[in-house]
Amino acid sequence: MLELKNISFTAETENGEKEILNDISLKFDDRFIAITGPNGGGKSTLAKIIAGIYTPSSGKIFLDGEDITGLSITDRARKGISFAFQQPVRFKGITVKDLISLASGKEISVGEACEYLSRVGLCARDYIDREVNSSLSGGELKRIEIATVLARGTKISVFDEPEAGIDLWSFNSLIKVFERMNASVGGSIIIISHQERILNIADKVVVIAAGKLKAYGKKQDILPELLSTDTTCGVLADSLEGKTC
Amino acid sequence: MLNDTDKQLLKIIADMDAIPTGAYNIRANGALENRNTTANIDIRTKEDKPGIDIIIRPGTKNETVHIPVIIDKTGLSDTVYNDFIIGENADVTIMAGCGIHNCGSEESRHDGIHTFFVGKNAKVKYIERHYGEGDGTGERVMNPTTIVNIADGGYMEMETTQIKGIDSTKRTTTASLSDGATLVIKEKIMTHGTQTAETDFTVDLNGAESGANVISRSVAKDNSYQCFKSNINGNNKCSGHTECDAIIMDDAKVSAIPEICANHIDASLIHEAAIGKIAGEQLTKLMTLGLDEKQAEEEIINGFLK
Repeated sequence: MLELKNISFTAETENGEKEILNDISLKFDDRFIAITGPNGGGKSTLAKIIAGIYTPSSGKIFLDGEDITGLSITDRARKGISFAFQQPVRFKGITVKDLISLASGKEISVGEACEYLSRVGLCARDYIDREVNSSLSGGELKRIEIATVLARGTKISVFDEPEAGIDLWSFNSLIKVFERMNASVGGSIIIISHQERILNIADKVVVIAAGKLKAYGKKQDILPELLSTDTTCGVLADSLEGKTC
Repeated sequence: MLNDTDKQLLKIIADMDAIPTGAYNIRANGALENRNTTANIDIRTKEDKPGIDIIIRPGTKNETVHIPVIIDKTGLSDTVYNDFIIGENADVTIMAGCGIHNCGSEESRHDGIHTFFVGKNAKVKYIERHYGEGDGTGERVMNPTTIVNIADGGYMEMETTQIKGIDSTKRTTTASLSDGATLVIKEKIMTHGTQTAETDFTVDLNGAESGANVISRSVAKDNSYQCFKSNINGNNKCSGHTECDAIIMDDAKVSAIPEICANHIDASLIHEAAIGKIAGEQLTKLMTLGLDEKQAEEEIINGFLK
């Protein structure tokens, strides 16, 4: 289980220090937890703190009771934390098969690559030898990014807005990917999302706004409140009602 | 007889585990070691200067010629002139390469001057690998010159790779293309230590509908220095593209000087050049997959130069 205790994060900006997260404490004690809230509220920063990309200004992170606050990105990855970037990184020369092999920690067969890629709606034959470079569209890169996390199969998988840049047809497949992960996962899936359909398949929902934890609880307790009020999270309410986010 | 060092060099530069089938010419320490010709591919020793003529009959299909050069003597300076005459409508692969093992204190050097005459509608893939090793203080130097002439409708693809161990290299390639001819050059270079590598490509697109694509990818580490020059001259209705993409590390220095000259209204030419260090987000992504920073760096470089 992943646990955050009193996490705060302050970033250096041109106008001095800016507080991004303020005293967040959370236990990710369920299988599927969605983090939502308005843009700029600190969600992505929190995900990067979990992955070790950012170091919190104060507070502690525990994985299965072990303090991992001081561990590097690599050490956290090896202990079982995976992270899917909101904006996937491109590599010249590294192929889709190379990247999935690196993710799974071994050279994978075409059949195995096919398994992961088909789960994210890509035909392996068309993609395994493609370079993960600018010849791929944003949506294709996004799906490959998710496939790398599937290939790792770790106990904690963090997805930063997996739906961003994915078309409607793919979005249906994406929901299935997470439903299937939810059924088979041995740990926790943590997804940052604005999408009601993703929030709907979560066990618990976290609401973060203005760097603070506004709500955390069972989906059935949190969602109705989110939909009925625009004071906590106006942007989210808009997106849930189908308006432009 | 080839010793174990020679065999190892041959494996690295020419993928040769054993004596290849088909035509080959193995040159070791400045002298002919072994040769084989076939019904379609003749190899003759030049009489006026060191080197060989490789003559490929018109219409020869799917044959490969190996012409590796290996040097394991310190202080040896070897210059060869090799001419390749590729007959009309042939479709062949030529694997050249030079490996130097220098354990001594004197410079070991190989200068290969290769001239290609690619016949009408012929297709040739030319693969050239340069490699150096040995713990001596003597420098390992290679200065290859490649001169390419492609007749109407001919096609040549040149893959030139220098991955390790060459202290100093100056590589010069010039090409002249006739109507409908195509030239593709893929260069890969990695330098480290205090090595220097200079490459200079000049391509004259003389024929109508001729085309050239010159792509260089390189990694410069430590205190090494690289300079990439390319000049594509569009002298007819043609298309040309040159691209230099370099990763710079440590205290290395890289210059890229791409030049395109359009001398005809229907010449369409593009150049691109980019030099930069490995992007931090690339390292971060691979580290989230469990690689440490050094492993991530190696994967990025290996992929880049693949």
